[in-house]
Amino acid sequence: MSQPQEFEKVLSGSASSVAHFEEGRSPLQRLQHFLHSNPAMVPLIVLVVLVVFFGIAKGEKFFSAYTLTLIMQQVAVVGILAAAQTLVVLTAGIDLAIGVIMVFAFVIMGNAVLHYGMPAPIAIVMGFAMAGFWGWVNGFLVSKLKLPPFIVTLGTWNVVMAICLIYSANETLREADLTAITGWLHFYGLNFKVGKAVVTLGVVAMILLYVALWYMLNNTAFGRHIYAVGDDMDAAELSGIRTSRVLIGTYALAGLIAGLAAWVSIGRNGSISPSTVVTDYNLQAITATVIGGISLFGGRGSILGVLFGTLIVGVMSMGLNMMNADPQWKVLLTGVLIIGAVAVDQWIRKVSG
Amino acid sequence: MAEPILTARGLTKRYGRVTALDNCDFDLYPGEILAVIGDNGAGKSTLIKALCGAVTPDEGEITLEGKTVNFANPMQARDAGIETVYQNLALSPALSIADNMFMGREIRKPGIMGSVFRMLDRAAMEKVARDKLTELGLMTIQNIGQAVETLSGGQRQGVAVARAAAFGSKVVIMDEPTAALGVKESRRVLELILDVKKRGLPIILISHNMPHVFEVADRVHIHRLGKRLCVIDPKKHTMSDAVAYMTGAKVPEEVMA
Repeated sequence: MSQPQEFEKVLSGSASSVAHFEEGRSPLQRLQHFLHSNPAMVPLIVLVVLVVFFGIAKGEKFFSAYTLTLIMQQVAVVGILAAAQTLVVLTAGIDLAIGVIMVFAFVIMGNAVLHYGMPAPIAIVMGFAMAGFWGWVNGFLVSKLKLPPFIVTLGTWNVVMAICLIYSANETLREADLTAITGWLHFYGLNFKVGKAVVTLGVVAMILLYVALWYMLNNTAFGRHIYAVGDDMDAAELSGIRTSRVLIGTYALAGLIAGLAAWVSIGRNGSISPSTVVTDYNLQAITATVIGGISLFGGRGSILGVLFGTLIVGVMSMGLNMMNADPQWKVLLTGVLIIGAVAVDQWIRKVSG
Repeated sequence: MAEPILTARGLTKRYGRVTALDNCDFDLYPGEILAVIGDNGAGKSTLIKALCGAVTPDEGEITLEGKTVNFANPMQARDAGIETVYQNLALSPALSIADNMFMGREIRKPGIMGSVFRMLDRAAMEKVARDKLTELGLMTIQNIGQAVETLSGGQRQGVAVARAAAFGSKVVIMDEPTAALGVKESRRVLELILDVKKRGLPIILISHNMPHVFEVADRVHIHRLGKRLCVIDPKKHTMSDAVAYMTGAKVPEEVMA
């Protein structure tokens, strides 16, 4: 042991018990701490409140297995894209290109089957490969050239959208023409019934994806590294994480998930229409991510919250529709929820001073 | 004296027109505590970053146990057995204590859960983390699963020091380990430094705190203007000598000779 300096001699008499504090917290502070350690709770509470509200307002009509599973079917594609978006946002990035990557992927899948006469499995793999490739491009530009993710994906958003329209000559592929050749492309449109509930394989895919990603983020090293990179990039680098590898892996994985969304989307929509490339899928995915409690500053939030966030948008849309409200109310309320979610996120983050 | 374990010869690093390291030499011997002191801007940090892989020098050679090493990143230095406590601690605030201690070298579950499903062994990591912190006497932390951002500055420092002490196998580098700590925590960290030394690990200690340096260091490397000015024995020199050398108020005899 080192020899204490003069002024330190009194330390031998210092308190040695473990720090103990009076629990002097107000209920509000307790709530803040609870939400800090359970980031998926806020969207879950909002979801439950909405379901109860519409359940009371419309009764059986809304609160039925059929309606609730219909909502699931409607949100499956955006839900899968939101999962991809979540991975990117957790690294403190953003992926504006995720929607057009999905559209480009299903256009490739359809064209490969219809125009190139390829077997469906190869066509699907080509779609996934193209989606993964563009994700990889985003990751490469962000991590190696150190460009801001917003700028990179703003660029690839436009590039991919243009390539998609040029390549496809904006030609819609009809469902009947596709199904005449193969049923594989519409695989995720298949459904089974449990009582009155109608569950498509697309919905099953979305839920399995969330479970798998939740596992990956919480129980594997790669998942913890995604959080660490988004939390503090320099600290992650110094503590030995190869941050550029994590970033490239994350964006590429997000691209592959967009490929899955593409396949599910064919099953949902039937036909393949390149003009949907102008749809704001990217913003819908970001909306679900933010409402789901993922911090845009990175490193915070639970992917289960994003599933709830996706469902919040779906429930609101369906409920307001049933109440014959002007569709703009949905848009307005979504905007309010986004701002509310970010405000709550800021409040929760204050717990750590 | 035995062969040095870690040496550097002629290290040079320039940032644009600023020369941070100017043909700098460095030697660390087995089992010693070497303090590195120097004025602000003398190039201490750059020297340390070069040794731990965070910076790649423009020129010069680093050898570890006689073999030349070229660290492209901190991971490689860590794999070679050089562990560093950074001044900014390099912790991820939102992650737990155990997550942080095992960042980049996680333990996976045995069997198929670990090899195929890549599942982390939380229980094992938390146990090691708790043991290490207890060893350090820094267990005023109530819950090993709590996020690092909920800890006080001293506790965070404790986590960073415990991480380095737990994993360093050849050299431990500590950049200002007591700067953010109170009197009691500082004393514990100094005791820990001596503990680590007792286990046979050499330590490089960067500090501005002269009493701490003179208390624990075996030799003191004085850095000035991007290079090693001299190495002094703290038992033969006073603190004011050291301060005079590093600020240029006095020129050490070795240099004059």
